[in-house]
Amino acid sequence: MKILTGNDLETGDVVWWTGEYWSRHVEEAIDVGDGGDAIAHREEGARRVNAPYVIDAERTEVGPRPLHIKDRIRAIGPTVRPDLAVRPVDAAAGNWVI
Amino acid sequence: MYKYDEYDQTIVDTRVAEFRDQVTRRIAGEITEDQFKPLRLMNGLYLQLHAYMLRVAVPYGTLSSRQMRMLAHIARKYDRGYGHFTTRQNIQYNWIKLEQAPDILADLATVQMHAIQTSGNCIRNISSDQYAGAAADEIGDPRPWAELLRQWSTFHPEFSYLPRKFKIAVIASEQDRAAIQLHDIGLQLRRNEAGELGFRVYVGGGMGRTPMVAPVIRDFISTADFVSYLEACLRVYNRYGRRDNLFKARIKILVHEIGAEEYARQVEEEWAHVKTLGLDPPPGEFERIAAYFAPPPFETGLGEDIDRSDPDFALWLDSNTHPHKQPGYAIAVISLKPVGGIPGDASADQIDLMADLAERYSFDELRVTHAQNIVLPHVRKADLYALWKALDGAGLGTANLDLISDIIACPGLDYCSLANARSIPIAQKIAQRFANLDRQRDLGELKLKISGCINACGHHHAGHIGILGVDRKGEENYQLLFGGSGAEDASLGKITGPGFNEDGIVDAVEKAVETYRALRTDGERFLDTYRRVGMQPFKEAIYG
Repeated sequence: MKILTGNDLETGDVVWWTGEYWSRHVEEAIDVGDGGDAIAHREEGARRVNAPYVIDAERTEVGPRPLHIKDRIRAIGPTVRPDLAVRPVDAAAGNWVI
Repeated sequence: MYKYDEYDQTIVDTRVAEFRDQVTRRIAGEITEDQFKPLRLMNGLYLQLHAYMLRVAVPYGTLSSRQMRMLAHIARKYDRGYGHFTTRQNIQYNWIKLEQAPDILADLATVQMHAIQTSGNCIRNISSDQYAGAAADEIGDPRPWAELLRQWSTFHPEFSYLPRKFKIAVIASEQDRAAIQLHDIGLQLRRNEAGELGFRVYVGGGMGRTPMVAPVIRDFISTADFVSYLEACLRVYNRYGRRDNLFKARIKILVHEIGAEEYARQVEEEWAHVKTLGLDPPPGEFERIAAYFAPPPFETGLGEDIDRSDPDFALWLDSNTHPHKQPGYAIAVISLKPVGGIPGDASADQIDLMADLAERYSFDELRVTHAQNIVLPHVRKADLYALWKALDGAGLGTANLDLISDIIACPGLDYCSLANARSIPIAQKIAQRFANLDRQRDLGELKLKISGCINACGHHHAGHIGILGVDRKGEENYQLLFGGSGAEDASLGKITGPGFNEDGIVDAVEKAVETYRALRTDGERFLDTYRRVGMQPFKEAIYG
């Protein structure tokens, strides 16, 4: 599947396209198919997101999981600071990244 | 310490107002990201992996307690309670909100700080010896010269759009603690045979994807002429640097391609013209600046004895203090490398504590080192125990300076959008593997440096042991290098062979270290043994 990500313009937070709005949580991301670039262009023009781009992801029981480690780290936060993780801290967080 | 005059303050205040307007226009949609990006980068604001990142300049690594407290204030008010001290003596904040960035810069301006020229293809923060003004082996304080260069290079109209970024370092001792031969320009203050003061000039060093040790371009340039001479060095680069290829745009490529001799000839030719333009500071200007760096009012007649009865303190004393030029004083280094910690990170509370301790014990002065530690440069020997007790109580008393756990590590893939692999977890695992301080001390000086990508912010080329993180088919992989040095015996590390995964690299480091222990002769460091015996015994141990 393909999902769309970027950063919030004002806060810089990592965000994911849900089909209706930008969420902080990757598990809410939808498959944008081939339409990602068009959505990115529209949303960036409306200043609802900064530097959006489409990435490959896999479907899992807990939602989309980016295929590349860089985007998995973007999704969860620095692996060395679990206290700052976007998700609730859990023992499996590291496994999800790696 | 240098104090801003009305021009300095006006420059910084005006820049804050200008950037506030630019941010407002960006948020209002009056300018696009493509238009805004070069403007924010000129103010040290990057968009990184998780958020905006702000890099604040610490000129030649020197800070007052008041400035240090401001860094804590920013960490607490605008970030997430911590900051990251970098390998260029600066500090970075990882969780900045765009809308708050102008307020941060305004706060910084109140303590004579800014983020100007911490990014972009311009002359970056001038770095220097972290022991400047205190070291027993220096022939003068290099910081007034660095400050002169800061003023010369700030908003220099000709050098604001160079082919690529440009880094200058200045030292004043034979021992190189600032890695000058791995900078675009390295300057070593020295005296010639006539006893005159001047600089040895190295040009064309650097790390990154094409590491080079800088050749000497001129063995001696008088201090009266060195600004115009540097102007000529930059002009030749600005004219002939490879603007057509990002990866060949640094000055090291130019110097390498045309040869050091030819580059030097062109600089001399240019300088013959430049020095007629009156670019060198007028008489008295250096003295005006140097007066700000006058030695603090040291006490005289102090004793040299230190009570070593606390064994943990004695360990710290042996590893984390350095000889001071003033009898009765020592230079104290605060390690930001606790076992299992993140190299270079400090919490707002720790930053405040270091500021308080500097005020109490070090004439209100601190330094940031390129090895991501903090220095209190002027501590009475009689105060060292009280200082260490205070540090130790806050997790800042680790006795590992220049030992294997005193690791330089870039932020890596945990924070950096350029990185290919994580650096920090590798540093943590190696530090934990060698957590036993007796074992570390037995190994002696061993500089281990880790970068998460080829850009080499973690100085892996200059590590006695270097580690480079790469992306191998979507997996983190780590290459191992031996034999680098950023000191006066500068050299570049060589890759051992195939890379390793996260656990494998820690095992490989341990095998290398044990090989060194088996082969070393009396007094040999890891680097010395490697240089004597070569790569082969290490490769055999690592790859079997």
